[in-house]
Amino acid sequence: MYHYLKNLGPTQQVGALFIIVFGLLLLSSIVAFLMSLREHGDDETGDRKRAELKNLDGIIRTSWLMVFVFWVGWLSGPLVALSLFGGLSFFALREFMTLSPTRLGDHRSLVLAFFVVLPLQYWLVATEHFDMFAVFIPVYVFLALPIASALANDPQRFLERNAKLQWGIMVCIYGMSHVPALLMLKFPGYDHRNAFMVFFLVLVVQFCMAVQHLVSRKLKLPPAAPAISMSFNWPSWWIGVFSASLFGALLAGITPWVPGTAFAFSFIACVAGTMGHFVMKALKRDRGIPSWGGNMRAVTGAGGLLDRVDALCFAAPVFFHSARWYFDL
Amino acid sequence: MLAKLMSYFLLGLIRFLTGAQARWHGCPPKAEQRIYFANHQSHADLVMIWAALPKELRHITRAIAAKDYWTKSPFRQWLTTEVFHVIYVSRDRTSDEDPLEPLIEALANGDSIILFPEGTRGHTGEPQAFKAGLYNLATRFPNVVLVPAWINNVQHVLPKGEVVPVPVLCSVTFGAPMQVADGEERRTFLDRARNAVVALRDV
Repeated sequence: MYHYLKNLGPTQQVGALFIIVFGLLLLSSIVAFLMSLREHGDDETGDRKRAELKNLDGIIRTSWLMVFVFWVGWLSGPLVALSLFGGLSFFALREFMTLSPTRLGDHRSLVLAFFVVLPLQYWLVATEHFDMFAVFIPVYVFLALPIASALANDPQRFLERNAKLQWGIMVCIYGMSHVPALLMLKFPGYDHRNAFMVFFLVLVVQFCMAVQHLVSRKLKLPPAAPAISMSFNWPSWWIGVFSASLFGALLAGITPWVPGTAFAFSFIACVAGTMGHFVMKALKRDRGIPSWGGNMRAVTGAGGLLDRVDALCFAAPVFFHSARWYFDL
Repeated sequence: MLAKLMSYFLLGLIRFLTGAQARWHGCPPKAEQRIYFANHQSHADLVMIWAALPKELRHITRAIAAKDYWTKSPFRQWLTTEVFHVIYVSRDRTSDEDPLEPLIEALANGDSIILFPEGTRGHTGEPQAFKAGLYNLATRFPNVVLVPAWINNVQHVLPKGEVVPVPVLCSVTFGAPMQVADGEERRTFLDRARNAVVALRDV
């Protein structure tokens, strides 16, 4: 099986990967459906089981969507993938800015963020200006946007408002744009298989999040920072990061690395991703909401997209730049 | 045909910019004759409710627009009559007809209407005191269901004096239907209606 896959061309390999993943998803959907048919003895356990199942169903549906997006992106080339991720950036930023109330004076800066900074950043990826791509937002945009804000003549909470906008841009545009940027890197001896790198990154980070979540639910240890997150504790974090890194090492076959290096890169991505997710939780607590898509308040029509992708937004830049550094690209 | 394309275009644009989410809290969307009344903070409020309603209701629900402003150019007139099917109300007090007359006509026809009882757009988060129109219509048409609604965030999409809208998520929360109680004073009812709208802000 392994040798068979090894001998396929790169395109066929990616194709095979998608067939396997779609197959696994189909399997989990069928299992979830069969579980939903089961009868339960008393109403209480029945309700609990149904609630759990609904949660699982949500995760499966997100995974379907993610894989479908990747598949379309892969079929139609990097430019379409770039626009897809550009769209994700847009919707994530929309969510972020909705829940970080702005003042009317921020309007011009918001227009710049959505309609100038976002397209420019993705254009820099598309044209492979990687040096500019790395500094465009943290240097130029961060210096330029406050000028637009200051010209709006509203000093109230100026620093706070600018910080919010810049954080939103950093996470939703800068972080997210590094995911499709992986498609553009020319890794030595790794032609036309960059889709695997994106896939590797997403899979490892998602795996880490899932393991950490499940372990912390089972262990029920005292949280490390109860005011921020009731589920975050160091033992489950270590277990999550290590098992995901092992998983990454197992996947070394689809990366340009040997298992040891793949382990190290998975480790880096997982630490950045989980820590990023944790930081975003702190931001959410500051806003007093349980999730970016929370139904608790009237403020939002958000679907909670940011809750799903925030870890990726933090993992991608770190992963991307360490890979570039490693290969000296 | 053109009007239909225009309405699809506007719907797409609004969903792209605001998400245009409807949250039905006190009642389901239902094809009965209703008066939706909401807070008013932006020109886009009307379009926002229009987009948040399900397709079946959108056709039978008519908003109110100021006649002098919305018939000024042929394009505005076309937009408001063909796409939105609004009810024109004249704002100038000189005409001797009752300003509510067009609304009464529409309600008698069986249409649902969208009303902003503050009369004018507010600039702060708190809605201003409601005007009498809602009470008068409610007592005249006791069978029409009154549905309060809270429109959130729309004022951030396009503040006064700006031309480029920014995308932020907005939502319309629809609350539980209410009625004028037997012998209820006009002021008491209007305050109660206003509170019902404000209460939806924190749902």
